[in-house]
Amino acid sequence: MEEVDVEPSTTLIPGAGFHQKHLGFEWGPGDLLVYETNYKLQGPRSASSPSVHVVRRDEDICSPILRKLFNESHLIFVGLQKIKEDVPSKNKKSQFVSISKNYRSVIRACMEELQQNAGKRSPDTHHVSILLAIELIWNLCEVLFIDAAPAGSLLLHLLDWVRLHKSDVDTRAREVLQSDSPAQHQSYWDVPAGTQTLTEFDVKWRHWHEECDRCLQDNTFASNRHLETICKILVGDEDTLLEQRELLSTWYHFLVTRLLFTHPTIKPPDLHYYAQSSMNMFLGPRASPEPLDIILLSAFEFDLHQVIKDCSIALNNWWFVAHLTDLLDHCKLLQSHNLQCVSHIRSSYLSYMHVCVSLWQLAVDYFDHCPEFGRVYLELQIERVPLDTERKAIKVLRICEDRQMSEQVRSICKIMAKRALRNNRLGSALSWSIRAKDAAFATLISERFLQDYSNKGFFTDLDLLDNLGPAMLLSDRLTFLGKYREFHRLYGEKRFSEAARLLLSLMTAKIAPRSLWMTLLTDALPLLEQKEVIFSVDQTYELMSCLEDCFSSVFQDEDIESTKTELLRLALARNLAMAIVKEGTIET
Amino acid sequence: MDPIAKYISQKISKTRWRPISPALLQRPEVFATGSWDNESNRVSIWSVGDHGVSNTDSEFDEEPQLLCDSQHDGDVMDLQFLDQDRLVSASSSGAVTIFKLQPDCQSLSLAHVWERAHWYSCDNAPCTAVVCRSPEVVSVGEDGRVILYKADQTEVVRVIENADSSTIHAVTFLRTTEVLTVNSIGQLKMWDFRQQSDSPAQILSLTGGRVPLHCVDKHPNQQHIVATGGQDGMLYIWDVRQGNTPFSLIEAHSAEMWEVHFHPSNPNHLFTCSEDGSLLHWETTSGSDMSTLLQRGWNSRVVSHSAVPLAGEDDSVVSAWLAGDSSKNRLEATHMLPNQTLSVNSLDVLEQCLVCGTDGEAVYVHRQVPV
Repeated sequence: MEEVDVEPSTTLIPGAGFHQKHLGFEWGPGDLLVYETNYKLQGPRSASSPSVHVVRRDEDICSPILRKLFNESHLIFVGLQKIKEDVPSKNKKSQFVSISKNYRSVIRACMEELQQNAGKRSPDTHHVSILLAIELIWNLCEVLFIDAAPAGSLLLHLLDWVRLHKSDVDTRAREVLQSDSPAQHQSYWDVPAGTQTLTEFDVKWRHWHEECDRCLQDNTFASNRHLETICKILVGDEDTLLEQRELLSTWYHFLVTRLLFTHPTIKPPDLHYYAQSSMNMFLGPRASPEPLDIILLSAFEFDLHQVIKDCSIALNNWWFVAHLTDLLDHCKLLQSHNLQCVSHIRSSYLSYMHVCVSLWQLAVDYFDHCPEFGRVYLELQIERVPLDTERKAIKVLRICEDRQMSEQVRSICKIMAKRALRNNRLGSALSWSIRAKDAAFATLISERFLQDYSNKGFFTDLDLLDNLGPAMLLSDRLTFLGKYREFHRLYGEKRFSEAARLLLSLMTAKIAPRSLWMTLLTDALPLLEQKEVIFSVDQTYELMSCLEDCFSSVFQDEDIESTKTELLRLALARNLAMAIVKEGTIET
Repeated sequence: MDPIAKYISQKISKTRWRPISPALLQRPEVFATGSWDNESNRVSIWSVGDHGVSNTDSEFDEEPQLLCDSQHDGDVMDLQFLDQDRLVSASSSGAVTIFKLQPDCQSLSLAHVWERAHWYSCDNAPCTAVVCRSPEVVSVGEDGRVILYKADQTEVVRVIENADSSTIHAVTFLRTTEVLTVNSIGQLKMWDFRQQSDSPAQILSLTGGRVPLHCVDKHPNQQHIVATGGQDGMLYIWDVRQGNTPFSLIEAHSAEMWEVHFHPSNPNHLFTCSEDGSLLHWETTSGSDMSTLLQRGWNSRVVSHSAVPLAGEDDSVVSAWLAGDSSKNRLEATHMLPNQTLSVNSLDVLEQCLVCGTDGEAVYVHRQVPV
């Protein structure tokens, strides 16, 4: 457990905690709920305020410019994940470097925009300085770790790095140096970038360095103080360099300058000697290094783990650590014991992002690439996205279906179906149940339809019922509903024999609920009373047996039902008679 | 040429070009965006084009600049320009709002709002789509109602109750008094406002399928040709005169298709955008070979259509969409966005300019679409 370096700050909650009331609290995803309890340390009890306060962190995660950072970097992150494993490593390195540069350009774009808007809001200046630090560290990591510059070009890259961050100093330095530089120094600036081998360059450079030294010893420039200073600088005299402290505003600028003039062919492992000593020399005995300095020093020492750890603590910005560690992970620079670290960092980033509720879609891609618990977190998270409109629910469902999260699909569809049912949108409710393949709910909705039919005497939502299609088979009750509607349609179209057959099959196949058998039989009445015989003998016998089944099992209210039963029995008997005659007649 | 991306820090649900007056030969320069899923949503007006700065670095000139915006209550579910100065929006709160844009585009203000035009008794019913043909406006919603308004009247002109038992996702005008709606059980319904009854004049649907349909667009010149897209990402082309099945089914996207648009002046081009993060530009080459145009449709699911043009129709007017064979490269699709983004929710195309918006909070503008 890390020790707390600073005193925790107090936040005043207006309207709470009066009269020494104790406050209760509950953590939320990005905020804190605070409420007054009845408990009081001393004094008589009094009514507490009924309000619940939502306390949110001061940092405006949802600020437009930070959102831009999140969105643009998300695109880069997703692209990075897609880089295939089997590409040869040399190509991959250049890809990783370009991805790193992409990230940095996004940071810089954000920074510029923040600087443009600065002055209007003070938290922005805070963000600007954090982004500056982030870019500085990221750039250094890119040079040292991702690009892994070898001995010759290492210093060139470091020069670029320093130049990028202290551009104004560099121009002034150049002016000072170039205005007085003798011709022989011109050759120095034409540092060969790969045209000579390292040793060749080293030899040449030593030769040149010795010449400079000799010039100094011979007091060639004794007449001109400026030239002498310049010569001392070129030789790499530390004291002279330190005198130019205002020009070199930071110790790492001092470090790079020093290396430029004393060890241009510095090898990466030797870097940290000079780094430590440069920092000590520059800062002097009194000043203590700031967190940023410590981070940079760890980087120069190639202690990646320490860099990440210190960044996590010092910079209160999970975005940076999460994306940098991800990139380093892809470069295979993190050892296995760091992977837990990566996982933890990513989860922290996700909870950080969660404060801005709109970013839930971005979070999904991060969850996908979270080792170990990503899937579980996503399952929990996705069910809690508020579903205000159908369109949003459709998007959430797409995410779940793409990842085979069938539990979540079912629960979301159930929520939408219930809401539709509550608003009397039976068609929508049925659509949602069909999507979730939720037979139980489909049955419930069918029952509602049938109830409506019993009450009103006609079907509502015909456009739905007539077009159920294969979805009808989801539940027995639903199938019955569809077929029953079809029966009515057939009857309406006067296709009586088909209607009769359908009606009979509904009863004999036993998909009709018992409670509706009487209704079905009553529906058979008009068919029985047609002039033409519709039901055959066999069908009539079946109807009769159905009627007897009904009569014996269902009835409670004998009076009403017995009249209907009598009518039915009569009609059935008559039909039977006519059918026997018809079937017995031989056509001549 | 790649489109220009601009991150605007709000998820974009709709983007629409402001109509250009036909008299002036201008390129489209102004477009509107609507946001969704924010704590406070906005309708914004942007300008892309010469800002009067002659700069060699032409890239930055072209980046959209915010001109003005206005607060919007609820998600912007749909956005349509009624005319040059007025914008209609459909809200997730069930409201339909008319915004007025000042001629110099310096401010956007609320002109009129029909609160809770779509409603449930105990809840908000989002208004899902709106379509305009000045001065008439038609809106549809999750409550299954179709509502007709006149822009200058405060009262609603007509409400078709229970037009649909499921959610209506999109609507388009076919003729002056006819609209076509699509719903979440895969049906297209035609409504004629001249008829008194509240039932549709015609219903078309896919037999054997209940794919929810999310978008619909009509061919600019030929009223009977309609394109729809839905949950399965397939593009359906229908001939509404001819019955119950779509003419063509084309596999377009791997996820829900959110919008489909015929190009308004060059209808051999069609654009679709989808939840899978892609925006496709479809081109049908109606070549000089007229006989191939009259061949049978794209795939075997097409049931019947005449091989010869209907009597009285000019040969040259037979649309390339109703004939032709996709396997013989008569239909080409190109991706318009450089890489896959989060869902592309909306697109609009006018002349040679295309604008689209994504859930990744980015607007893409392409000003040299090859049409």
